[in-house]
Amino acid sequence: MDTKPEFKPGTFLYAGKASALETVGLANPRDWSPTDDDWKLPADWKGIVREGMAERLQRFRSFKLFMDICVRCGACADKCHFFIGSGDPKNMPVLRAELIRSIYRGEMKTAGKILGKLAGGRKLTEDVIKEWFYYFYQCTECRRCSVFCPYGIDTAEITIIAREILNLLGTNIDWIASPVANCFMTGNHLGLKPHTFKENIEYLLDDIEEYVGVKIEPSFNRKGAEILFVTPSGDVFAEPGIFTLMGYLMLFDHIGLDYTWSTYASEGGNFGFFTSHEMMKRLNAKMYAESKRLGVKWILGGECGHMWRVVHQYMDTLNGPADWLEQPINPLTGTRFENAASTKMVHITEFTADLIKNNKLKLDPSQNDHIIPTFHDSCNTSRGMGMLEEPRYVLNNVCNNFVDMAPQVIRENTFCCGSGSGLNAGEYLEMRFRGGLPRANAVKRVHEDHGVNMLSCVCAIDRAVFPALMDYWVPGVGVCGVSELVANALVMEGQGEREYNLRGEENPSYKPPAEDEASAEAGEEGEE
Amino acid sequence: MKLKTLLAKHKSALISRWVDAIVETYPSETAKFLKNKKDQFSNPVGHTIVSETKNLFDQVLEGVDREKVTPFLDRIIRIRAIQEFTPSQAISFVFSLKYLIREIVGPEIDTEDLDQELVDLEAALDFMALVAFDIYMSCREQVYDIRAKEVQQNAFLLLKRANLLVEKPGPKPEDS
Ligand code: SF4
Ligand code: SF4
Repeated sequence: MDTKPEFKPGTFLYAGKASALETVGLANPRDWSPTDDDWKLPADWKGIVREGMAERLQRFRSFKLFMDICVRCGACADKCHFFIGSGDPKNMPVLRAELIRSIYRGEMKTAGKILGKLAGGRKLTEDVIKEWFYYFYQCTECRRCSVFCPYGIDTAEITIIAREILNLLGTNIDWIASPVANCFMTGNHLGLKPHTFKENIEYLLDDIEEYVGVKIEPSFNRKGAEILFVTPSGDVFAEPGIFTLMGYLMLFDHIGLDYTWSTYASEGGNFGFFTSHEMMKRLNAKMYAESKRLGVKWILGGECGHMWRVVHQYMDTLNGPADWLEQPINPLTGTRFENAASTKMVHITEFTADLIKNNKLKLDPSQNDHIIPTFHDSCNTSRGMGMLEEPRYVLNNVCNNFVDMAPQVIRENTFCCGSGSGLNAGEYLEMRFRGGLPRANAVKRVHEDHGVNMLSCVCAIDRAVFPALMDYWVPGVGVCGVSELVANALVMEGQGEREYNLRGEENPSYKPPAEDEASAEAGEEGEE
Repeated sequence: MKLKTLLAKHKSALISRWVDAIVETYPSETAKFLKNKKDQFSNPVGHTIVSETKNLFDQVLEGVDREKVTPFLDRIIRIRAIQEFTPSQAISFVFSLKYLIREIVGPEIDTEDLDQELVDLEAALDFMALVAFDIYMSCREQVYDIRAKEVQQNAFLLLKRANLLVEKPGPKPEDS
């Protein structure tokens, strides 16, 4: 455990920009690169790390427990997608945790301080920090390893704390720091201003009018709406997320939902979660503040992964209780969402499943007949939130050909996309291909055995990163959000011929009106 | 082709040593995992190495044909091309088979006087290594292409609205 990693292009992430760190008051803003010899750490960096660790050992019982109780049984060792795909033993969760546990022993525990290596401890050096940076940004906080640990040790939580400590030194990454700063200033990761956000949605409304033949006019920042809808901003500008967003727009119009968009809380994602508990709290607060300002009853959230982990696991203790909101009730079905009693926030897929279950949607699943979809359980919605049945229920109702992947790689056993927790940067593509290999391999199996040609998901990072992963590992498999497939199947009131899908491509499942019907109609018209 | 009969006779030993040689290019803890974990989903890399070396070995017996060996080589090299290997390390496994044949079948090649056949076979394996190199290069090029494409996809609508993208063919009206 002594070697420091080599920072080769494709396998490390660019350093957080000084300007981004300054915007949100993060420590030690400066220009630096992981390839530099001198990382320009603060003068008293050792003291900062020791204090940072001590404080967190006090504050988080889980962290203290996880530092103490691992028996090195190895059950987690081969469960991490980064280990499986990279073959690098330090990606075994037990060894990843050991990177910080050895410092805990060597610097914090009396026995370790005296016995050093004999007690499994080591001393803090700059190389240790470099190693942390390399490997704690090579863990997607997916929690797969925790499913297999007999003690429930969650390496994701260890990574979360390690990144927090790295942040105290200003050793963070730009792909997280810049979105955090943008989100803090303008409400979303890319820093889209309110008018741009709105215009993008209007552009997609035009596309819906063109391809589906219905004109939809949603509201923005409308006070007094029953529901506030928040989705990851990737859905507003990235392909294929925009087609998922068109799906939301159509669904809400179809059921006549009293809802509004916010151009201020214009991001469901929360990269603060990948920075520190405090930053997560600051960014999470805005959705709830906006719900208060607009006076809505509850919040409906789009297809996102980590946004749901934040809401589900942290929201209440961070910014709760949101007692100006009401427990969500589906206005169409009367269903009371018990699971959202305290967070007041419902996932679009739960909402859609409830609508289908209560027969509130007019669906023609044959519109998706050319699509053979499988489903990727996002780590956050499955292991972080327990949403396992709803997406499958929805898919089985809007498509005729849904195929699940092998049982050992779905639901709570799901393999991560390999790019979560803020690692979806372009400069990191090779590492992402390593981490995504186990997931892609399982998709490949159903592609070859069952002709699967679409990987559906309910997470914006998945939608952003899977196209690249599929291109490399399983060409011929597209990527979509579940809501896009819902929209394909929706029979909208007053719709035109659905010859084109939401992507503007010819729809192979489109069936033109039958000849005799068409001529009969023409005949009737003639008689009039 | 007496040599190929010999190779067929030693097939399982050759393949198993070839798998070992590939697996040993990884750190020892990883090598253990790659060899021992049998499930194709839990251990996709090990599974690929085992199944594709078998396929490749059969191709060597049949006579190396670029088109036929490409898919099998691709599955191994596609993985190694994005792992922590230099280009030569990524494809060196093809040469390992050459050395293993000499080591395992060498004495019988001598006694049976099959030197010329061995020269021909080694030329075929050298050719396979060249094919491997082409595949490696195409994987690397793909990584760069995909990266460029992803940048576009990540800001798709913004680029499109700024008229910075070439339109896909479709029924778009002029005003879009
Ligand atoms: S949380 Fe996920 S990425 Fe991190 S060590 Fe565990 S399995 Fe690997
Ligand atoms: S499974 Fe749990 S106890 Fe066993 S090595 Fe992994 S973290 Fe430690």
